[in-house]
Amino acid sequence: MFESFPKSFTIPSFKLPTFVSAVGAKLPQWPHAVVLTTGLNAAVKMRLLPEDSLELLEGKTFLVEVLDTGSHARFTFRGGLFRPLFKTGSPATSEGATVVDDLVFRANLSAFLQLVARQEDPDTLFFNRQLTIEGDTELGLVVKNMLDAVEWPKLPHFPGFATSSR
Amino acid sequence: MPQIKLPELVCPAGSLPALKAAVDNGADTVYFGYKNSTNARNFAGLNFDEKAMIEGIRYAHARGRHVLMAINTFPQPGREAEWRRAVDGAADLGVDAVILADVGLLDYASKRHPDLRLHLSVQGSATSYEAVNFAQREFGVRRAVLPRVLTLAQVELVIKNTSVEIEVFGFGSLCVMNEGRCWLSSYATGESPNTVGACSPAKFVKWEKAPGQMNTRLNGILIDRYDDNEPAGYPTLCKGRFEVNGETYYALEEPTSLNVLEILPEIVKIGVSAIKVEGRQRSPAYVAQVTRTLRAALDELGRDVDHFKVKPTWQTELAKVSEGVQATLGAYNRPWR
Ligand code: SF4
Repeated sequence: MFESFPKSFTIPSFKLPTFVSAVGAKLPQWPHAVVLTTGLNAAVKMRLLPEDSLELLEGKTFLVEVLDTGSHARFTFRGGLFRPLFKTGSPATSEGATVVDDLVFRANLSAFLQLVARQEDPDTLFFNRQLTIEGDTELGLVVKNMLDAVEWPKLPHFPGFATSSR
Repeated sequence: MPQIKLPELVCPAGSLPALKAAVDNGADTVYFGYKNSTNARNFAGLNFDEKAMIEGIRYAHARGRHVLMAINTFPQPGREAEWRRAVDGAADLGVDAVILADVGLLDYASKRHPDLRLHLSVQGSATSYEAVNFAQREFGVRRAVLPRVLTLAQVELVIKNTSVEIEVFGFGSLCVMNEGRCWLSSYATGESPNTVGACSPAKFVKWEKAPGQMNTRLNGILIDRYDDNEPAGYPTLCKGRFEVNGETYYALEEPTSLNVLEILPEIVKIGVSAIKVEGRQRSPAYVAQVTRTLRAALDELGRDVDHFKVKPTWQTELAKVSEGVQATLGAYNRPWR
């Protein structure tokens, strides 16, 4: 679906001002997890994600933290579906948290957008220290390679994304 | 204007989207491997199953490009059949050549599939023309990928003394030395490229973030520590920082990438047949960026080899995706032999 960006469209590297994250951290966190898991489940249903890789995600918890918006999404994969995990507060500081995430991705919004749009390679962002990965490194590789292997459907399936570039 | 024969641009594919990115951005040839330990990038979730291979080959062939299959690890005792099956599979799928390292497997392939084109992998560690000619005489090898330890003069010497096509590395992370013989990873983890197809397998790697710094551990062993604004590299032992005689530094090799743009005219003039890009572990975005850049450089070279100039935009594009801070010419311009 992201292939629908016009060819000339590039996402610049930017960092939102810190007050945004201060506000963002106070907002309820669950919508991000809901949006993310809904998208991932759609991909599962369309059989875009390879089953052998999905099996390796069973029961694992994931945390995606967007640093400059102060938001995060925590979710798990169980019984063939991605499910949001509802916890409030900043995951980095939540004392007494019972969840130890198996895998944590942290980056600024622009880096995440560049990743999703396949404009930058995660290794590049990692080398440049714009993306941090903590926890189970092998699981991280599974997730990265799984998303890399997805052939996002071309436009006809997503009329809403139509652009003049095609 | 002198006309020259441009070398083939050979690009990596760890997934179908990466393969298509390579083809769409001007690769003449792509290489891939099975999802198992028969190839040297055996990472979780990476590489091709048969269905993806069929589609990849179809996509490339429909556009007049070639597909190579890497079966470039060494068969492990008692499991030789897995590697033979991979060779049989490659022949059935109709790839344009297989890239092999093990002499036993080369022997098997040449006898069992006499029509299958054979390339000698960099892991086969043939650094002299005698070694290359041996592989030609015994197994009918048509191309050899030279290890990244030779100077340009040495590469030229090999080319002058063999009729086997010579492929060299043009861009990518450096695996410092002794291709096909490095045991550093096994020393720390019990697994290395030639045995399981991965250096520093991910299950042994831990990135620990602490305020202001990040630690890299391999099987518990601290191999590097980065400040927050320092570029990072792959968690391999050869690129770790170690304390030697009271000094802590990159004792073996710095985390750098190979980049031959500066010497592209020389590489072409000495008759290199193909230039290889490293990085089947990388994402489609990387493959697209690197392929596009090298394609532009080669085309520019094809227009006029004597007035070739490296464009700063190419270097910026390649520097961005590189491991570590700098790109180097690797061994190509080293004074030592
Ligand atoms: S430790 Fe370094 S030189 Fe050895 S195989 Fe790994 S990357 Fe290559």
